[in-house]
Amino acid sequence: MFKILKYSFYDLIRSRWSYVYFLFYLVLGFVLLFLNNDVSKAVITLMNIIIVLVPLIGTIFGVMYYYNSKEFTELLLAQPVKRSSIFLGQYLGVAGSLTLSLVLGLGIPFVLYGLLRSSAIFDFSLLLVTGAFLTLIFTALSFNIALSNENKIKGFGYAVLLWLFLAVVYDGIFLMSLILFKEYPLDNFSLIVTMFNPIDLSRTLILLKLDISALLGYTGAVFKQFFGTSQGFIISLLMLILWTVVPIWRMLYISKKKDF
Amino acid sequence: MIIVDNLYKKFGKNEVLSALNLKIEEPGIFAILGPNGSGKTTLIKSILGMVVPNNGHITLKGIPIKNNWKYRQEIDYLPQIANFPGNLKVKELIRMIKDLRDMPADEERLIALFKLEPFLNKKLSTLSGGTKQKVNLVLTFMFDSPLLILDEPTTGLDPASLIHLKEWVNQEKAKGKTILITSHIMQFVSEIADEIVYLLEGKIYFKGTKEALMTRTNQKNLEHAIAAIATTPANV
Repeated sequence: MFKILKYSFYDLIRSRWSYVYFLFYLVLGFVLLFLNNDVSKAVITLMNIIIVLVPLIGTIFGVMYYYNSKEFTELLLAQPVKRSSIFLGQYLGVAGSLTLSLVLGLGIPFVLYGLLRSSAIFDFSLLLVTGAFLTLIFTALSFNIALSNENKIKGFGYAVLLWLFLAVVYDGIFLMSLILFKEYPLDNFSLIVTMFNPIDLSRTLILLKLDISALLGYTGAVFKQFFGTSQGFIISLLMLILWTVVPIWRMLYISKKKDF
Repeated sequence: MIIVDNLYKKFGKNEVLSALNLKIEEPGIFAILGPNGSGKTTLIKSILGMVVPNNGHITLKGIPIKNNWKYRQEIDYLPQIANFPGNLKVKELIRMIKDLRDMPADEERLIALFKLEPFLNKKLSTLSGGTKQKVNLVLTFMFDSPLLILDEPTTGLDPASLIHLKEWVNQEKAKGKTILITSHIMQFVSEIADEIVYLLEGKIYFKGTKEALMTRTNQKNLEHAIAAIATTPANV
Protein backbone atom coordinates (compact mmCIF):
# COMPACT_ATOMS: atom_id res chain seq x y z
CA MET A 1 0.00 0.00 0.00
CA PHE A 2 2.74 2.48 0.83
CA LYS A 3 4.30 2.08 -2.59
CA ILE A 4 0.98 2.91 -4.26
CA LEU A 5 0.49 5.80 -1.86
CA LYS A 6 3.97 7.05 -2.68
CA TYR A 7 3.36 7.01 -6.44
CA SER A 8 -0.10 8.57 -6.24
CA PHE A 9 1.19 11.22 -3.89
CA TYR A 10 4.20 12.14 -6.06
CA ASP A 11 2.02 12.11 -9.13
CA LEU A 12 -0.35 14.62 -7.53
CA ILE A 13 2.32 16.74 -5.90
CA ARG A 14 3.84 17.23 -9.33
CA SER A 15 0.57 18.27 -10.90
CA ARG A 16 -0.30 21.90 -11.45
CA TRP A 17 -3.56 21.73 -9.53
CA SER A 18 -1.94 20.93 -6.22
CA TYR A 19 0.16 24.07 -6.56
CA VAL A 20 -2.83 26.18 -7.50
CA TYR A 21 -4.71 24.87 -4.49
CA PHE A 22 -1.72 25.46 -2.20
CA LEU A 23 -1.09 28.96 -3.55
CA PHE A 24 -4.75 29.84 -3.18
CA TYR A 25 -4.66 29.10 0.53
CA LEU A 26 -1.32 30.83 0.90
CA VAL A 27 -2.65 34.02 -0.67
CA LEU A 28 -5.90 33.74 1.25
CA GLY A 29 -4.04 33.36 4.52
CA PHE A 30 -1.83 36.39 3.93
CA VAL A 31 -4.61 38.60 2.63
CA LEU A 32 -6.94 37.79 5.52
CA LEU A 33 -4.30 38.37 8.13
CA PHE A 34 -3.23 41.70 6.74
CA LEU A 35 -6.74 42.95 6.06
CA ASN A 36 -8.10 41.86 9.41
CA ASN A 37 -5.04 42.33 11.54
CA ASP A 38 -6.68 39.96 13.98
CA VAL A 39 -6.11 36.24 14.10
CA SER A 40 -9.50 35.34 15.63
CA LYS A 41 -11.45 37.25 12.99
CA ALA A 42 -9.32 35.74 10.27
CA VAL A 43 -10.13 32.30 11.62
CA ILE A 44 -13.87 32.97 11.32
CA THR A 45 -13.60 34.21 7.76
CA LEU A 46 -11.40 31.26 6.90
CA MET A 47 -13.91 28.90 8.42
CA ASN A 48 -16.64 30.22 6.16
CA ILE A 49 -14.46 29.63 3.14
CA ILE A 50 -13.04 26.28 4.21
CA ILE A 51 -16.38 24.78 5.11
CA VAL A 52 -17.63 25.22 1.56
CA LEU A 53 -14.47 25.05 -0.51
CA VAL A 54 -12.72 22.05 1.05
CA PRO A 55 -15.61 19.64 0.41
CA LEU A 56 -15.99 20.94 -3.15
CA ILE A 57 -12.31 20.52 -3.97
CA GLY A 58 -12.17 17.14 -2.24
CA THR A 59 -15.14 15.85 -4.23
CA ILE A 60 -14.00 17.16 -7.61
CA PHE A 61 -10.37 16.10 -7.14
CA GLY A 62 -11.38 12.64 -5.96
CA VAL A 63 -13.65 11.95 -8.92
CA MET A 64 -11.19 13.47 -11.37
CA TYR A 65 -8.26 11.52 -10.04
CA TYR A 66 -10.14 8.22 -10.08
CA TYR A 67 -11.25 8.59 -13.68
CA ASN A 68 -7.90 9.92 -14.85
CA SER A 69 -5.91 7.13 -13.25
CA LYS A 70 -8.14 4.32 -14.50
CA GLU A 71 -5.43 3.00 -16.78
CA PHE A 72 -2.89 3.10 -14.02
CA THR A 73 -5.32 1.23 -11.76
CA GLU A 74 -5.80 -1.49 -14.37
CA LEU A 75 -2.07 -1.83 -14.74
CA LEU A 76 -1.76 -2.22 -10.98
CA LEU A 77 -4.57 -4.77 -10.77
CA ALA A 78 -2.58 -7.22 -12.86
CA GLN A 79 0.38 -6.88 -10.51
CA PRO A 80 0.82 -8.88 -7.34
CA VAL A 81 -0.75 -6.16 -5.21
CA LYS A 82 -3.78 -6.45 -2.99
CA ARG A 83 -6.87 -4.72 -4.34
CA SER A 84 -7.59 -2.88 -1.13
CA SER A 85 -4.00 -1.60 -1.08
CA ILE A 86 -4.40 -0.13 -4.54
CA PHE A 87 -7.53 1.84 -3.71
CA LEU A 88 -6.54 2.77 -0.19
CA GLY A 89 -3.16 3.92 -1.49
CA GLN A 90 -4.70 6.05 -4.21
CA TYR A 91 -7.28 7.49 -1.84
CA LEU A 92 -4.70 8.41 0.75
CA GLY A 93 -2.53 9.88 -1.99
CA VAL A 94 -5.31 12.25 -3.08
CA ALA A 95 -6.59 13.09 0.39
CA GLY A 96 -3.04 13.43 1.73
CA SER A 97 -1.85 15.83 -0.94
CA LEU A 98 -4.99 17.96 -0.59
CA THR A 99 -4.63 18.07 3.18
CA LEU A 100 -0.98 19.00 2.83
CA SER A 101 -1.86 21.90 0.50
CA LEU A 102 -4.45 23.11 3.01
CA VAL A 103 -2.30 22.80 6.11
CA LEU A 104 0.82 24.29 4.56
CA GLY A 105 -1.02 26.95 2.59
CA LEU A 106 -2.78 28.28 5.66
CA GLY A 107 -0.16 27.32 8.19
CA ILE A 108 2.73 29.27 6.68
CA PRO A 109 1.12 32.75 6.75
CA PHE A 110 -0.25 32.16 10.22
CA VAL A 111 3.04 31.00 11.63
CA LEU A 112 4.80 33.96 10.02
CA TYR A 113 2.20 36.29 11.51
CA GLY A 114 2.99 35.07 14.98
CA LEU A 115 0.26 32.55 15.61
CA LEU A 116 2.38 30.50 17.94
CA ARG A 117 2.36 33.35 20.44
CA SER A 118 -1.32 34.17 20.06
CA SER A 119 -4.18 32.66 22.01
CA ALA A 120 -5.98 31.63 18.83
CA ILE A 121 -3.70 28.70 18.24
CA PHE A 122 -6.28 26.20 19.49
CA ASP A 123 -9.05 27.62 17.31
CA PHE A 124 -6.73 27.64 14.36
CA SER A 125 -5.61 24.04 14.88
CA LEU A 126 -9.24 23.00 15.20
CA LEU A 127 -9.92 24.71 11.89
CA LEU A 128 -7.11 22.77 10.25
CA VAL A 129 -8.19 19.48 11.83
CA THR A 130 -11.78 19.85 10.63
CA GLY A 131 -10.47 20.95 7.23
CA ALA A 132 -8.41 17.78 7.08
CA PHE A 133 -11.41 15.69 8.13
CA LEU A 134 -13.60 17.31 5.49
CA THR A 135 -10.97 16.51 2.86
CA LEU A 136 -10.81 12.88 3.98
CA ILE A 137 -14.60 12.56 4.10
CA PHE A 138 -15.39 14.11 0.76
CA THR A 139 -12.55 12.43 -1.09
CA ALA A 140 -13.79 9.08 0.23
CA LEU A 141 -17.36 9.90 -0.80
CA SER A 142 -16.21 10.89 -4.26
CA PHE A 143 -14.23 7.65 -4.65
CA ASN A 144 -17.41 5.79 -3.75
CA ILE A 145 -19.33 7.63 -6.44
CA ALA A 146 -16.62 7.12 -9.05
CA LEU A 147 -16.31 3.40 -8.27
CA SER A 148 -20.03 2.85 -8.67
CA ASN A 149 -20.30 4.81 -11.92
CA GLU A 150 -18.47 3.73 -15.04
CA ASN A 151 -19.77 6.78 -16.85
CA LYS A 152 -17.54 9.78 -16.17
CA ILE A 153 -20.18 12.42 -16.78
CA LYS A 154 -22.64 10.69 -14.48
CA GLY A 155 -19.95 10.31 -11.81
CA PHE A 156 -19.09 14.00 -11.99
CA GLY A 157 -22.76 14.91 -11.89
CA TYR A 158 -23.47 12.85 -8.80
CA ALA A 159 -20.35 14.17 -7.07
CA VAL A 160 -21.34 17.78 -7.63
CA LEU A 161 -24.92 17.04 -6.55
CA LEU A 162 -23.64 15.43 -3.36
CA TRP A 163 -21.62 18.51 -2.57
CA LEU A 164 -24.48 20.82 -3.40
CA PHE A 165 -26.81 18.81 -1.23
CA LEU A 166 -24.59 18.69 1.84
CA ALA A 167 -23.26 22.24 1.53
CA VAL A 168 -26.42 24.11 0.54
CA VAL A 169 -29.65 22.12 0.20
CA TYR A 170 -29.31 20.30 3.52
CA ASP A 171 -29.16 23.59 5.41
CA GLY A 172 -32.16 24.86 3.51
CA ILE A 173 -34.24 21.83 4.41
CA PHE A 174 -32.99 22.04 7.98
CA LEU A 175 -34.04 25.67 8.32
CA MET A 176 -37.40 25.06 6.68
CA SER A 177 -38.11 22.23 9.08
CA LEU A 178 -37.16 24.44 12.00
CA ILE A 179 -39.67 27.05 10.85
CA LEU A 180 -42.36 24.48 10.13
CA PHE A 181 -42.05 22.77 13.48
CA LYS A 182 -41.27 25.83 15.57
CA GLU A 183 -44.10 24.99 18.00
CA TYR A 184 -42.15 21.96 19.18
CA PRO A 185 -38.92 21.70 21.17
CA LEU A 186 -36.27 21.34 18.52
CA ASP A 187 -32.94 21.42 20.34
CA ASN A 188 -32.31 17.68 20.28
CA PHE A 189 -33.65 17.40 16.77
CA SER A 190 -31.27 20.09 15.51
CA LEU A 191 -28.39 18.53 17.39
CA ILE A 192 -28.97 15.20 15.67
CA VAL A 193 -29.57 16.73 12.26
CA THR A 194 -26.30 18.61 12.61
CA MET A 195 -24.49 15.36 13.35
CA PHE A 196 -25.65 13.84 10.07
CA ASN A 197 -23.99 16.42 7.89
CA PRO A 198 -20.21 16.66 8.18
CA ILE A 199 -20.22 20.23 6.90
CA ASP A 200 -22.71 21.41 9.52
CA LEU A 201 -20.95 19.42 12.16
CA SER A 202 -17.62 21.09 11.38
CA ARG A 203 -19.15 24.53 11.24
CA THR A 204 -20.89 24.16 14.59
CA LEU A 205 -17.81 22.68 16.18
CA ILE A 206 -15.66 25.66 15.16
CA LEU A 207 -18.25 28.35 15.84
CA LEU A 208 -18.84 27.14 19.37
CA LYS A 209 -15.16 26.96 20.09
CA LEU A 210 -14.90 30.56 18.96
CA ASP A 211 -17.20 31.70 21.77
CA ILE A 212 -19.61 33.56 19.57
CA SER A 213 -22.45 31.20 20.40
CA ALA A 214 -24.16 34.02 22.27
CA LEU A 215 -25.19 35.23 18.85
CA LEU A 216 -27.07 32.03 18.24
CA GLY A 217 -29.83 32.52 20.78
CA TYR A 218 -31.50 29.75 22.71
CA THR A 219 -30.54 26.90 20.37
CA GLY A 220 -27.05 28.25 20.54
CA ALA A 221 -27.11 27.80 24.27
CA VAL A 222 -28.22 24.19 23.90
CA PHE A 223 -25.52 23.64 21.31
CA LYS A 224 -22.96 25.30 23.52
CA GLN A 225 -24.01 23.01 26.34
CA PHE A 226 -23.40 20.06 24.11
CA PHE A 227 -20.46 20.96 21.90
CA GLY A 228 -18.80 23.16 24.50
CA THR A 229 -18.26 20.31 26.91
CA SER A 230 -15.44 17.91 26.38
CA GLN A 231 -17.99 15.12 26.06
CA GLY A 232 -19.77 16.88 23.19
CA PHE A 233 -16.44 17.65 21.61
CA ILE A 234 -15.40 14.02 21.75
CA ILE A 235 -18.74 12.84 20.35
CA SER A 236 -18.46 15.26 17.43
CA LEU A 237 -14.92 14.14 16.74
CA LEU A 238 -16.08 10.53 16.84
CA MET A 239 -18.85 11.43 14.43
CA LEU A 240 -16.31 12.97 12.03
CA ILE A 241 -14.18 9.84 12.31
CA LEU A 242 -17.25 7.71 11.58
CA TRP A 243 -17.97 9.91 8.55
CA THR A 244 -14.45 9.13 7.36
CA VAL A 245 -14.29 5.44 8.17
CA VAL A 246 -17.66 4.36 6.77
CA PRO A 247 -17.10 5.72 3.23
CA ILE A 248 -13.57 4.27 3.20
CA TRP A 249 -14.90 0.90 4.27
CA ARG A 250 -17.60 1.02 1.59
CA MET A 251 -15.04 2.06 -1.02
CA LEU A 252 -12.93 -1.02 -0.23
CA TYR A 253 -16.03 -3.20 -0.20
CA ILE A 254 -17.19 -2.10 -3.67
CA SER A 255 -13.70 -2.28 -5.12
CA LYS A 256 -13.42 -5.90 -4.01
CA LYS A 257 -16.48 -6.90 -6.02
CA LYS A 258 -15.89 -4.77 -9.08
CA ASP A 259 -14.84 -6.06 -12.50
CA PHE A 260 -12.13 -4.23 -14.39
CA MET B 1 -0.76 -25.33 -13.94
CA ILE B 2 -4.15 -23.69 -14.48
CA ILE B 3 -7.46 -25.38 -13.81
CA VAL B 4 -10.65 -23.50 -14.59
CA ASP B 5 -13.68 -25.30 -13.28
CA ASN B 6 -17.26 -24.51 -14.24
CA LEU B 7 -16.75 -20.78 -14.63
CA TYR B 8 -19.70 -18.43 -15.07
CA LYS B 9 -19.60 -14.71 -15.68
CA LYS B 10 -22.40 -12.33 -16.51
CA PHE B 11 -22.14 -8.63 -17.29
CA GLY B 12 -25.66 -7.44 -16.65
CA LYS B 13 -27.84 -9.69 -18.75
CA ASN B 14 -25.05 -10.66 -21.07
CA GLU B 15 -23.69 -14.07 -20.14
CA VAL B 16 -20.09 -14.05 -21.32
CA LEU B 17 -18.77 -17.27 -19.79
CA SER B 18 -21.05 -20.18 -19.06
CA ALA B 19 -19.80 -23.39 -17.50
CA LEU B 20 -16.32 -22.99 -18.88
CA ASN B 21 -13.86 -25.77 -18.07
CA LEU B 22 -10.22 -25.58 -19.00
CA LYS B 23 -7.21 -27.51 -17.87
CA ILE B 24 -3.71 -26.50 -18.85
CA GLU B 25 -1.18 -28.77 -17.21
CA GLU B 26 1.91 -28.83 -19.36
CA PRO B 27 4.19 -26.04 -20.48
CA GLY B 28 3.87 -24.74 -24.03
CA ILE B 29 2.17 -22.06 -26.07
CA PHE B 30 -1.60 -22.07 -26.01
CA ALA B 31 -3.53 -19.87 -28.39
CA ILE B 32 -6.91 -18.81 -27.04
CA LEU B 33 -9.03 -18.08 -30.07
CA GLY B 34 -12.65 -17.25 -30.71
CA PRO B 35 -14.88 -14.70 -32.40
CA ASN B 36 -15.25 -11.20 -30.98
CA GLY B 37 -17.15 -11.23 -27.74
CA SER B 38 -16.63 -14.95 -27.13
CA GLY B 39 -15.13 -14.28 -23.72
CA LYS B 40 -11.38 -14.51 -24.32
CA THR B 41 -10.46 -11.38 -22.45
CA THR B 42 -12.99 -12.16 -19.70
CA LEU B 43 -11.40 -15.57 -19.23
CA ILE B 44 -7.94 -14.04 -19.02
CA LYS B 45 -9.07 -11.32 -16.65
CA SER B 46 -10.75 -13.95 -14.47
CA ILE B 47 -7.48 -15.83 -14.23
CA LEU B 48 -5.80 -12.57 -13.26
CA GLY B 49 -8.45 -11.79 -10.68
CA MET B 50 -9.45 -8.55 -12.38
CA VAL B 51 -12.90 -9.89 -13.14
CA VAL B 52 -14.76 -11.58 -10.30
CA PRO B 53 -16.61 -14.67 -11.63
CA ASN B 54 -20.23 -15.29 -10.63
CA ASN B 55 -19.57 -18.95 -10.10
CA GLY B 56 -16.81 -21.52 -10.50
CA HIS B 57 -13.24 -21.96 -9.38
CA ILE B 58 -9.85 -21.20 -10.78
CA THR B 59 -6.70 -22.70 -9.34
CA LEU B 60 -3.17 -21.90 -10.27
CA LYS B 61 -0.53 -24.43 -9.29
CA GLY B 62 -3.14 -26.00 -7.04
CA ILE B 63 -3.87 -22.77 -5.15
CA PRO B 64 -7.35 -21.24 -5.49
CA ILE B 65 -7.05 -17.67 -6.70
CA LYS B 66 -10.16 -16.36 -4.97
CA ASN B 67 -9.36 -13.64 -2.44
CA ASN B 68 -5.71 -14.22 -3.13
CA TRP B 69 -3.28 -11.82 -4.74
CA LYS B 70 0.14 -13.28 -4.13
CA TYR B 71 -0.32 -15.77 -6.97
CA ARG B 72 -0.01 -12.90 -9.45
CA GLN B 73 3.68 -12.99 -8.66
CA GLU B 74 3.68 -16.05 -10.94
CA ILE B 75 2.02 -14.27 -13.87
CA ASP B 76 3.32 -11.81 -16.43
CA TYR B 77 0.38 -10.17 -18.16
CA LEU B 78 0.34 -8.14 -21.34
CA PRO B 79 -2.90 -6.11 -21.45
CA GLN B 80 -4.77 -5.70 -24.69
CA ILE B 81 -4.52 -1.98 -25.16
CA ALA B 82 -1.47 -0.29 -23.80
CA ASN B 83 -3.09 2.42 -21.73
CA PHE B 84 -0.55 3.87 -19.39
CA PRO B 85 -0.63 6.90 -17.13
CA GLY B 86 0.32 9.59 -19.64
CA ASN B 87 2.26 11.91 -17.37
CA LEU B 88 4.94 9.34 -16.57
CA LYS B 89 8.14 8.86 -18.51
CA VAL B 90 8.91 5.43 -19.95
CA LYS B 91 11.87 5.08 -17.62
CA GLU B 92 9.79 6.00 -14.58
CA LEU B 93 7.07 3.53 -15.50
CA ILE B 94 9.57 0.68 -15.83
CA ARG B 95 11.19 1.64 -12.54
CA MET B 96 7.81 1.82 -10.83
CA ILE B 97 6.65 -1.61 -11.99
CA LYS B 98 9.98 -3.08 -10.94
CA ASP B 99 9.60 -1.47 -7.54
CA LEU B 100 6.05 -2.78 -7.18
CA ARG B 101 6.88 -6.35 -8.10
CA ASP B 102 10.09 -6.42 -6.18
CA MET B 103 11.58 -9.10 -8.44
CA PRO B 104 14.78 -9.27 -10.46
CA ALA B 105 14.13 -7.80 -13.90
CA ASP B 106 15.94 -7.93 -17.17
CA GLU B 107 14.72 -4.82 -18.94
CA GLU B 108 17.95 -3.70 -20.60
CA ARG B 109 18.09 -6.52 -23.11
CA LEU B 110 14.46 -5.93 -24.06
CA ILE B 111 14.92 -2.18 -24.40
CA ALA B 112 17.83 -2.81 -26.75
CA LEU B 113 15.90 -5.47 -28.67
CA PHE B 114 12.92 -3.21 -29.33
CA LYS B 115 15.17 -0.14 -29.79
CA LEU B 116 13.43 1.88 -27.11
CA GLU B 117 16.48 3.84 -25.87
CA PRO B 118 15.47 7.12 -27.59
CA PHE B 119 12.07 7.00 -25.89
CA LEU B 120 13.15 6.35 -22.32
CA ASN B 121 12.90 9.99 -21.30
CA LYS B 122 9.71 10.70 -23.20
CA LYS B 123 6.30 10.87 -21.61
CA LEU B 124 4.01 7.96 -22.37
CA SER B 125 1.26 10.21 -23.71
CA THR B 126 3.56 11.33 -26.54
CA LEU B 127 4.35 7.83 -27.80
CA SER B 128 2.82 6.23 -30.89
CA GLY B 129 0.61 3.15 -30.56
CA GLY B 130 3.32 0.75 -31.72
CA THR B 131 5.90 2.22 -29.37
CA LYS B 132 3.47 1.97 -26.48
CA GLN B 133 2.96 -1.67 -27.34
CA LYS B 134 6.74 -2.17 -27.23
CA VAL B 135 6.87 -0.59 -23.78
CA ASN B 136 4.04 -2.91 -22.85
CA LEU B 137 6.08 -5.88 -24.06
CA VAL B 138 9.13 -4.77 -22.08
CA LEU B 139 7.04 -4.46 -18.92
CA THR B 140 5.67 -7.95 -19.43
CA PHE B 141 8.76 -9.83 -20.48
CA MET B 142 11.25 -8.28 -18.10
CA PHE B 143 10.22 -10.58 -15.25
CA ASP B 144 10.80 -14.28 -15.13
CA SER B 145 7.44 -15.81 -14.14
CA PRO B 146 6.27 -19.33 -15.01
CA LEU B 147 3.00 -18.18 -16.60
CA LEU B 148 2.76 -15.62 -19.39
CA ILE B 149 -0.54 -14.22 -20.57
CA LEU B 150 -0.44 -12.15 -23.73
CA ASP B 151 -3.61 -10.43 -24.91
CA GLU B 152 -3.23 -9.44 -28.57
CA PRO B 153 0.56 -9.04 -28.39
CA THR B 154 0.99 -8.17 -32.08
CA THR B 155 -1.17 -5.02 -32.08
CA GLY B 156 0.61 -2.17 -33.84
CA LEU B 157 4.00 -3.87 -34.12
CA ASP B 158 6.22 -3.42 -37.18
CA PRO B 159 7.55 -6.57 -38.94
CA ALA B 160 10.98 -6.38 -37.32
CA SER B 161 9.51 -6.17 -33.84
CA LEU B 162 7.10 -8.97 -34.67
CA ILE B 163 10.05 -11.23 -35.45
CA HIS B 164 11.72 -10.23 -32.18
CA LEU B 165 8.49 -10.95 -30.36
CA LYS B 166 8.22 -14.46 -31.83
CA GLU B 167 11.84 -15.18 -30.99
CA TRP B 168 11.36 -13.98 -27.46
CA VAL B 169 8.19 -16.02 -26.94
CA ASN B 170 9.93 -19.15 -28.25
CA GLN B 171 12.86 -18.48 -25.97
CA GLU B 172 10.49 -18.25 -23.00
CA LYS B 173 8.82 -21.47 -24.05
CA ALA B 174 12.22 -23.17 -24.11
CA LYS B 175 12.55 -22.23 -20.43
CA GLY B 176 9.53 -24.44 -19.74
CA LYS B 177 6.92 -21.72 -19.25
CA THR B 178 3.24 -21.85 -19.97
CA ILE B 179 2.20 -19.12 -22.35
CA LEU B 180 -1.38 -18.12 -23.16
CA ILE B 181 -1.88 -15.94 -26.22
CA THR B 182 -4.97 -14.43 -27.74
CA SER B 183 -4.72 -13.12 -31.26
CA HIS B 184 -6.74 -12.62 -34.40
CA ILE B 185 -3.67 -12.88 -36.62
CA MET B 186 -3.81 -16.52 -37.72
CA GLN B 187 -0.42 -16.48 -39.34
CA PHE B 188 1.13 -15.52 -36.04
CA VAL B 189 -0.87 -18.18 -34.22
CA SER B 190 -0.01 -20.96 -36.67
CA GLU B 191 3.69 -20.11 -36.46
CA ILE B 192 3.87 -19.99 -32.74
CA ALA B 193 1.14 -21.99 -31.00
CA ASP B 194 1.39 -25.62 -29.88
CA GLU B 195 -2.24 -25.94 -28.98
CA ILE B 196 -5.43 -24.17 -29.88
CA VAL B 197 -8.15 -23.41 -27.36
CA TYR B 198 -11.26 -22.27 -29.19
CA LEU B 199 -13.92 -20.36 -27.29
CA LEU B 200 -17.46 -20.02 -28.52
CA GLU B 201 -20.39 -18.55 -26.63
CA GLY B 202 -18.58 -18.71 -23.33
CA LYS B 203 -17.52 -22.33 -23.57
CA ILE B 204 -14.45 -24.20 -24.75
CA TYR B 205 -15.53 -25.46 -28.15
CA PHE B 206 -12.29 -27.10 -29.14
CA LYS B 207 -8.99 -27.81 -27.46
CA GLY B 208 -6.18 -29.63 -29.19
CA THR B 209 -3.25 -29.33 -31.56
CA LYS B 210 -3.28 -27.43 -34.82
CA GLU B 211 -3.15 -30.68 -36.75
CA ALA B 212 -6.13 -32.11 -34.90
CA LEU B 213 -8.06 -28.94 -35.70
CA MET B 214 -7.23 -29.12 -39.39
CA THR B 215 -8.14 -32.81 -39.75
CA ARG B 216 -11.37 -32.26 -37.91
CA THR B 217 -12.45 -29.43 -40.12
CA ASN B 218 -10.96 -30.91 -43.32
CA GLN B 219 -9.03 -27.74 -44.00
CA LYS B 220 -5.46 -27.26 -45.07
CA ASN B 221 -4.67 -24.01 -43.38
CA LEU B 222 -5.34 -22.76 -39.90
CA GLU B 223 -7.20 -19.64 -40.90
CA HIS B 224 -9.84 -21.60 -42.79
CA ALA B 225 -9.94 -24.26 -40.10
CA ILE B 226 -10.72 -21.60 -37.50
CA ALA B 227 -13.33 -20.03 -39.71
CA ALA B 228 -14.90 -23.45 -40.34
CA ILE B 229 -14.78 -24.80 -36.81
CA ALA B 230 -17.99 -23.26 -35.55
CA THR B 231 -19.95 -24.92 -38.33
CA THR B 232 -18.64 -28.47 -37.75
CA PRO B 233 -20.32 -30.52 -35.03
CA ALA B 234 -18.66 -30.48 -31.65
CA ASN B 235 -16.95 -33.49 -30.16
CA VAL B 236 -14.48 -32.07 -27.67
